[in-house]
Amino acid sequence: MDNIIEIKNLSIQYKTDERTVEAVNNLNLTLARGESLGLVGETGAGKTTTALGIMGLIPDPPGLVTAGEIIFEGQDLLKLSKHKLRGIRGNKISMIFQDPMTSLNPVVTVGDQIAESIRIHERLSRREASKKAMDMLELVGIPKERYSEYPHQFSGGMKQRVVIAIALSCNPELLLADEPTTALDVTIQAQVLELIIKLKKERNTSMLLITHDLGVVVEVCDKVAIMYAGEIVEYGSLEQIYDHTCHPYTKGLFGSIPDIEAAVDRLNPIPGLMPDPADLPQGCSFEPRCKLACARCKKENPSMVEVEAGHLVKCFNFAKGEERNV
Amino acid sequence: MWQRKKKAPKKGFWNDAWYRLKKNKGAMLSLVVLLGLIICAIFADYIAPYPYDLQDYNHTFEFPSKKHLLGTDNFGRDILSRIIYGSRISLIVGFSSIIVAIIFGGLLGAISGYYGNKVDNAIMRAMDVLMAIPGMLLAISLAAALKPGLMNLVIAIAIADVPGYARVVRASVLTIKEQEYIEAAECIGAPDSRIILQHIIPNCLAPIIVQATLGMAGAILSASALSFLGLGIQPPTPEWGSMLSSARQYIRTYWHMTTFPGIAIMITIFALNVLGDGLRDALDPRLKN
Repeated sequence: MDNIIEIKNLSIQYKTDERTVEAVNNLNLTLARGESLGLVGETGAGKTTTALGIMGLIPDPPGLVTAGEIIFEGQDLLKLSKHKLRGIRGNKISMIFQDPMTSLNPVVTVGDQIAESIRIHERLSRREASKKAMDMLELVGIPKERYSEYPHQFSGGMKQRVVIAIALSCNPELLLADEPTTALDVTIQAQVLELIIKLKKERNTSMLLITHDLGVVVEVCDKVAIMYAGEIVEYGSLEQIYDHTCHPYTKGLFGSIPDIEAAVDRLNPIPGLMPDPADLPQGCSFEPRCKLACARCKKENPSMVEVEAGHLVKCFNFAKGEERNV
Repeated sequence: MWQRKKKAPKKGFWNDAWYRLKKNKGAMLSLVVLLGLIICAIFADYIAPYPYDLQDYNHTFEFPSKKHLLGTDNFGRDILSRIIYGSRISLIVGFSSIIVAIIFGGLLGAISGYYGNKVDNAIMRAMDVLMAIPGMLLAISLAAALKPGLMNLVIAIAIADVPGYARVVRASVLTIKEQEYIEAAECIGAPDSRIILQHIIPNCLAPIIVQATLGMAGAILSASALSFLGLGIQPPTPEWGSMLSSARQYIRTYWHMTTFPGIAIMITIFALNVLGDGLRDALDPRLKN
């Protein structure tokens, strides 16, 4: 299977006068064609920054890609000209934003907003683009009669459908979904997820799903990457991560989900907070909160270790030869 | 019981705005008044009872009568006819100077707001230079440098107004460009020109329109002031402001000479302001009901 996108050693920083925030550190990620990858992590782990980095939309200043490459179809996106990047954005890679309430232009009709993307990337007349936009509306389950209505006349779930329609209008090969269901209530979440899964299957689109909801990942993704303080700490297939959890952080995440059957008074969170990204610890970034931390974790940053085929963990506890009983 | 409301015709942004404007009675009344004025201006030759420069020395300073509905002035000219002809100048100057000012000021403001940094600095500092000179003085010096005349009057007033629009537009662009839908537009690969023209400008139309209606009133007054100073419209061409200023000296005895041109200015400006308010509501789909 060929890889649609390969991110190698990506580092992104936000520099201000007082401090440098290391949002993404040495991130490696690959995604095979047609697969979907769930990028899971706490708020502030650098998930959205990674997605914006792929799109080339890191606000500069203060953001800066300091190292790494993002290989998409054999080209390094970071080295492409602005003009070429524009031809890829929305056409081959498109993005679904977190909040549908703010990601639609309030003074342009929803139909025109869908047609816009089509008109930019495909040489179609206004009428053909409108027709295609209407088809897209129908595809996401909105009657095409509502083409010329404004975003404020739609409910949140419908707006998110419109956003999905915009993202899929040019048949992208890679879809970046940045917490597409966070702003929606649970019943609508389910509908939107189903829609995304259905369309993804029909069009064989690869997807990078950013979320902090492990439940959503199970439904949608084939692969999972757990992100912590700008780094991937565990990467593997759905079964590997959910059934053979290795990294203490991932274990903590699962441990903090309340059991629906047991009566629990208190939730079971991971103690401590994420380290300040402007002042990351010298060793393993999870060390201050880790139950299994040892002296070595304080000094050295562990590298990724393959515990089984395709299952990578960034922890000394799983380094070869010194595997401990966890 | 359950009756569906009559649906608005949905044919796009401008038709929608028109539909909403129609529901605003004040705005429609103002529109009728302004259309009336425009018709007066275009067909002045047919509507006016006398030529604007016909002097009748047997009937100077006459109060309103059947023969001269709004009286006559110090040369025995019919005031009603002069007001009707005067609407030409006022409307031409008002509309065209504001349109010129909006196009230049708006574009400069949008570009400087959108790109920021050096571009922003260069443009806004140039605007600051213009703003440092009082608008009226700037218009006077420009009008003096360009020789009197209608075209130059328009240019002088427009240039004096450009910085105001640039600032208003820049301020709204600065807030709008941080919105997520602008990022979303970048995400679908829209070029800068498209983002500015399609996504940013329509979102800051409301403040521009309000500024424009107020500005148009100001432009009409500036035109009058320049005419009064002899830098604008040359007599005997009638112009409301110059009619006012020449009648100034007779205000104690012949009130009609100042009152009627004044009322003409007032009605026009009032109509412009009410219409501007209505347009602001109509052009903002978020206020749609």
